[in-house]
Order: sequence, then C-alpha cells, then structure tokens
Amino acid sequence: MSYEIVARPHQQNFIDWAKDKPEVLVLSADLTNSCEVGKWRDTYPDRFFSMGMAEQNMLGFAAGLAREGFEPWLHTFSVFLYRRPLDQLQMSVAYPSLKVRLVGFLPGIMTPGGVTHQAIEDIAIIRAIPNMTILEVGDATEAESVLDVAHKVDGPVYIRMLRGEVSRIFPTSEPFEFNTARILSTGTDLTLISSGIMTEEALRAIPLLQERGVSISHLHVSTMKPFTDPRIIAALKTAKSGVITMENHSIIGGLGSAVAEVMAENGISAPLQRIGLKDTYAHGASQKYLMAEYEMDAPALIRAVEKALGKKLNIDESELDQQRSVNVHSSAKAEAL
Amino acid sequence: MAAFQPLSHDREMAMTEDVKRIEAIASGIRRRVLQHSIANNGGYMSQACSSAELLSCLYGGVLNFAPLGEPIDPPSFIGVPAVGVHTYKTGQQFHGASGDQYDRLISSPAHYALVIYAALIETGRLREDGLDHFNRDGSTVEMIGAEHSPGFETTTGSLAQALSQAGGIALARKLRKEKGNTWVFMSDGEFQEGQTYEALQAAKFHGLDKLRVIVDVNLNQCDGPMDTVMKIEPLADRIRAFGWDVTVLDGHDIPAILAASKVETKSPHMLLCYTDPVRGLPILEERKPTLHYLRFTGADERAKYEKAYQEMVK
Repeated sequence: MSYEIVARPHQQNFIDWAKDKPEVLVLSADLTNSCEVGKWRDTYPDRFFSMGMAEQNMLGFAAGLAREGFEPWLHTFSVFLYRRPLDQLQMSVAYPSLKVRLVGFLPGIMTPGGVTHQAIEDIAIIRAIPNMTILEVGDATEAESVLDVAHKVDGPVYIRMLRGEVSRIFPTSEPFEFNTARILSTGTDLTLISSGIMTEEALRAIPLLQERGVSISHLHVSTMKPFTDPRIIAALKTAKSGVITMENHSIIGGLGSAVAEVMAENGISAPLQRIGLKDTYAHGASQKYLMAEYEMDAPALIRAVEKALGKKLNIDESELDQQRSVNVHSSAKAEAL
Repeated sequence: MAAFQPLSHDREMAMTEDVKRIEAIASGIRRRVLQHSIANNGGYMSQACSSAELLSCLYGGVLNFAPLGEPIDPPSFIGVPAVGVHTYKTGQQFHGASGDQYDRLISSPAHYALVIYAALIETGRLREDGLDHFNRDGSTVEMIGAEHSPGFETTTGSLAQALSQAGGIALARKLRKEKGNTWVFMSDGEFQEGQTYEALQAAKFHGLDKLRVIVDVNLNQCDGPMDTVMKIEPLADRIRAFGWDVTVLDGHDIPAILAASKVETKSPHMLLCYTDPVRGLPILEERKPTLHYLRFTGADERAKYEKAYQEMVK
C-alpha cells in the first residue's frame, strides 16, 4: 500500500486556517522554519512573536496572552515544551486551564537528533497533568484537521505534530474527530490499538495477518487524553486472544498504559503486549533504523501477534509492504533533524 | 547592601496628605500582620516589615484600579480551574474591573499573601475580618496565595513565573493599545532563578514599556542572608544590561517610591527598593540571621511580641 506523500502539511494549511482568527498568535522558540511556521510569520508578522531559546518564559507569556483572550499556538520541538519548562507548563498554563496550544514536533524516535531531541515520555508526563488535552496526529489529514479540534478545546492542548513528508492515510473527507478512534479493521482474535506514525507501520502487516487468517480489530487513536472513547472499550472487549498496543513512545505512561487502565477498569481480561520503547532512551539514527532496533516496526507486530496466538504465521519480511524510508535530507524539511 | 540613589526631591514638599495616608496604610499592614502572627503562633513577619511601604504605595496611590465600592468578603474555595469551567473568579476581583485605562498588579512572591491581604484590608478592598479566614480549611485566603486568593490574579507560588505571565498580559494589552500599566511585585530571591532573566530579555525585546516591576530587595531568603545563599549583586547593573530602566531607592521612602513610579520610560521600568526586613519591629533583629518565617520559640518570645504589638497600637 502506498500513500500520497504530502510535503509540509502544516505550512499553508495553518496560514489558511488562521486567516479569519485574529486571536490566534504564534509563539516560537528559534525553530520557526523547522516547525513549518516561517511562512506564517511572513504572512502575519503582527501575530508572530519570537521568544528566543527561552521556553520557560515562552510558556509564561503564552499564559498571560491567553488570560487576555488571545489563543497562542506555541511551535517548537516536543521535548522543549514539557521537559525544561514542566513547572511553567503546570503552574502558568495547566492549572489555570488556559487556551494555550502546544504544537510539538518530532515526537518519539522520529529524529536523528538523538536523546535530547526525542520526546519519548511526553504523553506519560502530560497525561498526568490535570486539565491537559493530548492529541496525536497520524497522517497529513490529521495534521490538517487537528487545528479545528484543538481550537474547540476550552483548555490547554498538547499536539504531537508531524511535519516534512507526511503520508495521507485517511481521506480528507474523514477529518480528525475528538475522542473518536478510527476503526480500521474489525476482528475477534486480537485487538490492536495504534497511534501516531505507528498506525502506518502497523498497516504494513495487517493485510498479511488477515491473509493468514488472523481476525484482528485495528483502531487508530488520536486523542490520547481524555481516553474515554467507548469505541476503544468495545474493541477491547471483543479481543479473545489478546490486546496489542503500538506507540511511538515509552511503553510506560502512554497509549499502552492508558489501554491497560481502561482494561482493568472495565474488567477486560486479556494478555496485553505493549510495543514501544521498553523503558529505554534511544539515540541518534534514522527512524527506520530505530524502529527496527527497538522492535517498534511491522515485524515486531507480527511477532507479538504470533505470541498472542501461540503459533507461527510464517510471514517472511520480504512479504511486507516496503517500509517508507523517511528522507532525512528531504527538501520538505528546514534541516536534517 | 548596595548603595541606593536618593532621588533629588524636596522632602518637606513631598510630605503631602497622600504620603501621610500611605504611611498609615504601611503601619496598618505591619500591625495587622503582627497581630495575626501572635494569634496564630507564626507568620511571614519580616516580609511585612520590609514591604509595607511598597505595598501601601502600590495599593494606596500608585495603582490606578477601578473603584470597588464596598470591601469584598473573601469567597469560599469553590474548586480549581478546569476545562470548560467558567464560574471561577480570580483574586483579581479585589483589584476592581480590568479595563483599558486601569493598571494591573501581578504579585509574584505568593508567600507575601498575609501582607497583601493586610494591604487589601487597609485600602478597603478586603473586608476587615478577611484575615479570620487565613489558612482555614475551605477558604481562599490561603497561606501561599493562589489565583483564587484575594489580590492574586495568577498562581505564582513557584517563584519567578509571574514576570513572564505579566509579560504576556502586557503584550496582550500592547496589542490592544491599552493605556494602563501592568505592574509586577517581586522579591529579590527570584533573581536567582534563570526564568527571571528570560523574562527581562523578552520584555525588552517586545518593547513592553508599560511593564513596571517593583522589587522588595530585603536581601534575605529562606536559608538566611542572600549573600550566604547565592549572591545577586550587582542587581541594578544586571537588569540595566538587559535594557531596562532601573531606579534604585530606599524602599521605606514613600515620596521616593511615588516619584519613581510616575516616571514614564521608553523601556520596561524596574524599581529596586532596598528594604530593612526588621523595619518597624526592632525585636525581629534577635531572630537574625533567619528571618523568613516567624515561629515563636515559646511563651516568653510570644509575650515579647505581644508587648511590641501593644507599643505599636498605642
């Protein structure tokens, strides 16, 4: 399966979207072009504020602007929105439940920038912060339509955003819907719940699994908090042989943990396998390399399915759809990070 | 202690009715905080001694707040802010309605809450019995003020966040071309935090000339004298290096504070007010070097403070 590749889905879309929304401002911390808002700055120079490499202060300024009725959209890499300025995120923004939008780029292991640039526990940390809403986009359609969803939330929102060359997996007629999982396939043996870029990865293996007679429900989740979608509960209840989660994040505190909580709270008894970073930091390398190294790729999903079913499926890796190689030096990105 | 620059003004002429009124407010702040500390076996007493003139100047004349009418009864705690919940009122209501021409005050050192509540009472914004609710379960008159507490517009107990928050408010007001100033009351310990300097550079960079900061430079912090904890001097030079206008003055000199607060500057303006943390209550001297919180060592000490209070109200 090959998808349409959209170059810089956020860049022009965000300009068009913000046109009739004078309250929408952008605050940036020296990663403006890297976060696809350089053209936005040039289009709306009076609504763009460069805050320099000073994220703690940027969150405070955002809080003050939001208190006064503006809607600041902060653009920087995910790591810089919650690690260094965690106290500011909590006390200046989250506690007063202000309409601040944190647009975080390079979630998980998507960057060769290494451990300093890889947000691998952002969902875990931000999920524990009261009043926060967490959205994660999985394709170009969601990168475009997440704006409306975040805009409607009457409180602070953190978005795990995609940039550069992004696949369009979901048709533009099916935009991001708040707290509503996409049901990509239905089955009764297993339930797979994936998020972000892991959905595209999982979709490489699903047809082969189905060919081998595996009856699998597959849901794509894009609202990470709140995590109260009845579709998820229903899909978990149908899983006879097990549940698998797949996330571009640590398996602690993210999607896998959220699913475990829902299963426990609803008395759903099935073995749960969590695919993701297994309580480890990563390092600087390509996305493809890291996904294989940390067993977060389609072969890892097949192994998890085999374990759940207790049998070998004899799928050769050559049968898998070609994994899309993300071009680090793509002209759709401002730099090679 | 850094030398302050006495402003050249005629002290005799400046002793107007305003100054006398503000002096009375300052005395009232010290008296109320002492009375409360005696009754409750403790309080942030040295902060009242150091900042009484700063807060009395702010609330008693500097700040252009909307008139309030009657002093407000402190509301009970009704819950924390939440997504989509708009019933929540901040302590800003004690400052009156906000508006184009009015000033705002963001208080940064939230442990000065008792002193701020006293200032609100002395200036007719909080009901006289407001301190009866102090640190009581279910009350908003909390020991460390949060944004539901009287006089607090934001939540600043994790220090050094207020200047950034106020910077955002001042930027929003600049975008709306409002005339009022946005004031921040800070403590000197916050100049040990890196975020303060981020905020200084951003306020200058974005031309927030209606941002005004008044600092209680009492040179004391939780562990003791600041010189022994982490030096911040030369403070004025540091702040000037960020492009701010800085006025250094005696933080107990009411005419000097009033004069400096009226100066129109082209850059954000900071008033570094050097203060004495035992001013007006000399027996606090015996507690040195640790002045951060007054907890009586026993009945004898409490009696001494009771005696000092009686002297004060004579």
